[in-house]
Amino acid sequence: MQNMKKKEVEIPAKMFKIVGRKEETLEEIKRSHLTGWQDGWLRLKQNKAAMISLFVLLMIVILSIIGPHVNTYTYQQTNYDAVYLEPNSDHWLGTDKFGRDQWTRLWEGTRISLYIAVLAALLDILIGITYGAISAFKGGKVDHMMQRIIEILVGIPNLIIIILLIMMMKPGITTIIIAMVITGWVNMARLVRGQIFKLKNAEYILAARALGADGRRIIIGHMLPNTLGIIIINMMFTIPSAIFTEAFLSFIGLGLQEPLASLGVLINDGFQAMRNHFYLLAFPSIVIVSLMVCFNLLADGLRDAFDPKMRN
Amino acid sequence: MKRFIFLRLVNIIITLFIIATVTFFLMKLLPGSPFDEERLSKLSDEARLEFLAKYGLDQPVYVQYAKYIGSLIKGDLGISYYYKGQTVNALIKDRIGPSMLLGIQAVILGLSVGIILGIIAAYRHNTIWDYFTMLVAVLGVSIPNFVLAAILQFYVGLQWGLFPVAYWEGYQHTFLPTISLGVTVIAIIARFTRNEMLEVLQQDYILTAQSKGISECAVLIKHAIRNALIPVITILGPVFVSLLTGSLVIENIFSIPGIGSLFVDSIKMNDYTTIMGLTLFYSAFFILTILIVDLLYGIIDPRIRIHGRE
Repeated sequence: MQNMKKKEVEIPAKMFKIVGRKEETLEEIKRSHLTGWQDGWLRLKQNKAAMISLFVLLMIVILSIIGPHVNTYTYQQTNYDAVYLEPNSDHWLGTDKFGRDQWTRLWEGTRISLYIAVLAALLDILIGITYGAISAFKGGKVDHMMQRIIEILVGIPNLIIIILLIMMMKPGITTIIIAMVITGWVNMARLVRGQIFKLKNAEYILAARALGADGRRIIIGHMLPNTLGIIIINMMFTIPSAIFTEAFLSFIGLGLQEPLASLGVLINDGFQAMRNHFYLLAFPSIVIVSLMVCFNLLADGLRDAFDPKMRN
Repeated sequence: MKRFIFLRLVNIIITLFIIATVTFFLMKLLPGSPFDEERLSKLSDEARLEFLAKYGLDQPVYVQYAKYIGSLIKGDLGISYYYKGQTVNALIKDRIGPSMLLGIQAVILGLSVGIILGIIAAYRHNTIWDYFTMLVAVLGVSIPNFVLAAILQFYVGLQWGLFPVAYWEGYQHTFLPTISLGVTVIAIIARFTRNEMLEVLQQDYILTAQSKGISECAVLIKHAIRNALIPVITILGPVFVSLLTGSLVIENIFSIPGIGSLFVDSIKMNDYTTIMGLTLFYSAFFILTILIVDLLYGIIDPRIRIHGRE
């Protein structure tokens, strides 16, 4: 011990210089400033599963946009001389019972499924936020009434309402979206209400108020950013369940009508012809499973990255 | 507690009444008729009136509504339009067996496999077991059950010939549908159990138990698993919903005479009374399940007595 100490002291005193003690730099934060979003993005980038999912999702989205146009066929063009062709150099994924090109139909269907799911999720969020926010900000009797309505809605199995609504309206993309939104917004409304209630009593809101921030600044600067994370994460979980619901409805014959394609319609067609033409079922199944896996993994990744309470 | 149950029951009755009313008027608004319009128009006026009177369709809507609600209170769901001369009650009674059997089997499969996977995954955190469980959990919620059912039917049933692919003629016929329904349950439960278990294993009382020198096995069983499994009850609600949804399509794929396939068939046949009856039946079942889950949770976990909850 003694020896070591002596060695350490062997630094000549002239190598030191006095820099002084400035009060203002003592408390300075040395690390570069990261906003919550930058921090979240850094964390997300470290999550391999989420990044691969993001990449695969982008690929699927790009394919669903350009896919139908890369060959000469359209999704509704029939050719009775070329029915049930196995995948070949001309029809990359084969043809179905009407001789329609499966490559074109697959990406057209993916696009429609994605469109329905994303639009339904966005509308859910719009209605959910409005309802949840009004309920939370008004509080008291208004909140009480609005929550009773939600309790009743939650008591009814979603799918049954969706089925009844679709029976009532003309089948089509809009009908499916409306039916899904009518039942789907409830979750979001509950989530937003809960979050705003929690934030209302949070200490940093109190601190902001004490520092003289006005209502607008508190809502835009503090409450919204802290709710947005939850909203985006929930949306990421809503999209795969909307894709599932659409496929489910089309599968039991309540979804889109021929010749329109969606993943559910394609899987249903594939299922009918599965015994002898398995490829008709295989490709749409692969796409729907990849979509669901990727959205779920990405949602998990986003939650881990942006929701501080989920961090270990 | 009693007050809570009473309030919940009142809430349930109101909910069911609203569902009954909404479905009734929705059915009246629906385009199309359950009857063959052409044959109906060929009948003489007298015969047609008699026919409509048999189903109570000759009266104004509000009378029909009052009658429907009246018979509902007595538990009578009406006569099916499509299945000649059968009451909806009898139809449900005939068909409920297979659906219940499948549902119960899927829950047992899902709970047992899911809990075991979840516990192993948490105990061997960040090992191959953990990754395997997470893979199962992600795939299980991501593969739509009808896609899984179709693929099982193709490979296990048609290609390998291990199990029958359709109909309801013996216990073997329940295998594939049960697996198709159960995989989602396995996924939900495994993931949830893993997370709960991970949290419990970090608690101080686990450290205390370990430092007392209790064997690892005893710590795991007596201290960790017990506490980790309590919250699993809370996700039984979503599990039942997924089973209910699943039954609609799985029963159709495997041609099983259950209430799920009855519902889908009655939609295709415009059989309004059956649709209304099943909607109410499903809703009542769903609401009661959630009530039971809530009550169970309060009983099992003393920290969460009813009044303590928001």
